[in-house]
Amino acid sequence: MSQTEQKRGAWSWWYLLFAVQFLVALWPPLYNRVEPNLFGIPFFYWFQLAWILVCAVLTATVYWATDD
Amino acid sequence: MADVNWVALSVFLALFGFVSWLGFAAARWRRGDLDQLHEWGLGGRRFGTVVTWFLVGGDLYTAYTFIAVPALAFGAGAIAFFAVPYTVVIYPLLFLVFRRLWYVCHRRGYITAGDFVRGRFGNRWLALAITLTGIVATMPYIALQLVGIQVVIGALGVSGSGLLGELPLLIAFLVLAAFTYSSGLRAPASIAIVKDVLIYITAIAAIIVIPAELGGFGKIFAAVPAQKLLLAVPGEHTTGAYGSYATLALGSALALFLYPHSLTAILSASSGSAIRRNAALLPGYSFMLGLLALLGFFVIAAGVHDLPAYAAGFKTFGNNFAVPALLLQSFPSWFVGIAFAAIGIGALVPAAIMSIAAANLYTRNIHREFINRNPTDKEEAQNAKWASLLVKFGALVFILLVPTKYAIQLQLLGGIWMIQTLPAVMLGAYTRWFNAWALLIGWAVGTLVGTWMAIATNLQNTYPLSVGSYTFPGYTAVYTVALNLVLAAVLTPICNRLAASTGADETLANDYFSH
Repeated sequence: MSQTEQKRGAWSWWYLLFAVQFLVALWPPLYNRVEPNLFGIPFFYWFQLAWILVCAVLTATVYWATDD
Repeated sequence: MADVNWVALSVFLALFGFVSWLGFAAARWRRGDLDQLHEWGLGGRRFGTVVTWFLVGGDLYTAYTFIAVPALAFGAGAIAFFAVPYTVVIYPLLFLVFRRLWYVCHRRGYITAGDFVRGRFGNRWLALAITLTGIVATMPYIALQLVGIQVVIGALGVSGSGLLGELPLLIAFLVLAAFTYSSGLRAPASIAIVKDVLIYITAIAAIIVIPAELGGFGKIFAAVPAQKLLLAVPGEHTTGAYGSYATLALGSALALFLYPHSLTAILSASSGSAIRRNAALLPGYSFMLGLLALLGFFVIAAGVHDLPAYAAGFKTFGNNFAVPALLLQSFPSWFVGIAFAAIGIGALVPAAIMSIAAANLYTRNIHREFINRNPTDKEEAQNAKWASLLVKFGALVFILLVPTKYAIQLQLLGGIWMIQTLPAVMLGAYTRWFNAWALLIGWAVGTLVGTWMAIATNLQNTYPLSVGSYTFPGYTAVYTVALNLVLAAVLTPICNRLAASTGADETLANDYFSH
């Protein structure tokens, strides 16, 4: 196995961005509240919707930062 | 038939007719030899980033989801939003684990999870367990898609007694079966593009128009009872609703890509990069699903539940009628036709992929393994086509003869069963440290205990696990897959010691990533 091949299957620190996505999404005490609301939408709902978009950006970051 | 909404029905039928034609025409799209299983059952593994986006999106975010999630928000409130963290968690898994599976399946010509497990662990019985789990969990899921079609047909005012009442569903079904048989995975892939465009149009219109009609989001959420607005804060000695919410999201996410139809859609991608890109692009669907979940609250604020015009619909379909009623109440008839077509067509796509996935499993991991070990390519593809018909027919009979309630409960059990394949499939993508027999025992115990826990709680999806004076209500699937994993790990050294034969691993370490 060549050096580059070893690198390709290997762990990357960028993957920690995935752990961030998991921890926030799966920790309800963080967002189970009404205020601050946005256009009348309680925090619980708009925060989780916004988190989807943040996660998409984080995943895209990992995509650009790591090799296939 | 006096209450038929003719304008909506006409639009609905026109769109339905168009996608039916598309389904048959798809046989010639990116033309391949449909007498080969990977051409019929995986579209020749030819789909790039964009088609994969539509296909996986159309596959995972099913019509039933678009009806059931808002229905749950309407009935139970905040807990329904677990669909959002659920669909956040799946994409890192897609990016890391299922990309590896894509590579190894591509390199070794695997078409199903059963193929992979057979090759990785060299144990046909473990592969059989994975295969049976996939087929059994998929059947009620197909049946549920038909519920989606039933609800919109009912909401269009089409009704009748006895067999006549089921006629529209039967016709939809025959069309679905015919184009799946003739075009394979190319049919749902092409239809998914139409379906997803319609769904996005509907979701965007609903989220803009309805709040404007109801006087803004502030008014809508003010109408939602306080106990539905947020999760109940857990009392002492329990993780309460927080634990349920998080484990439902986690467990559903872990199970999702193990379902045969998910893997089929992933494996049809043309490259590992297409998978990785989609991990960043597919959250677009999650966002839309989150918006649609809010429709449940629009239903409360609009008060459609109390309008006499919809009483019959709610009586027949329960809370699943909430979204159709809201759309009927809020939009002109022609747009209702588009929205209902989106839901109806949205049922065809996953139903087709699910039946193809189950057919692939049967053909590769049961027929080829246990009945005819050396089929020709043509025989193999033909077997799969017949199997897809059989699977769909089974789902149809199920939905016609058995109350919908049971389809929903079985689908719930399906998630608990499906997740038990995680150690062999997802961890198998990284290591073959586990002994195949240990994995098999873990699978069996996880499945049995999961089923027992579900029955003990009267088919609730969460189980109140008690440890001392503490209670941890959580998704049964998560608890039982943990048990499964512990057993597999503990039994592995013991099974190795007992010299229970460990089959050969035909995959190589560098099969799992690009070169």
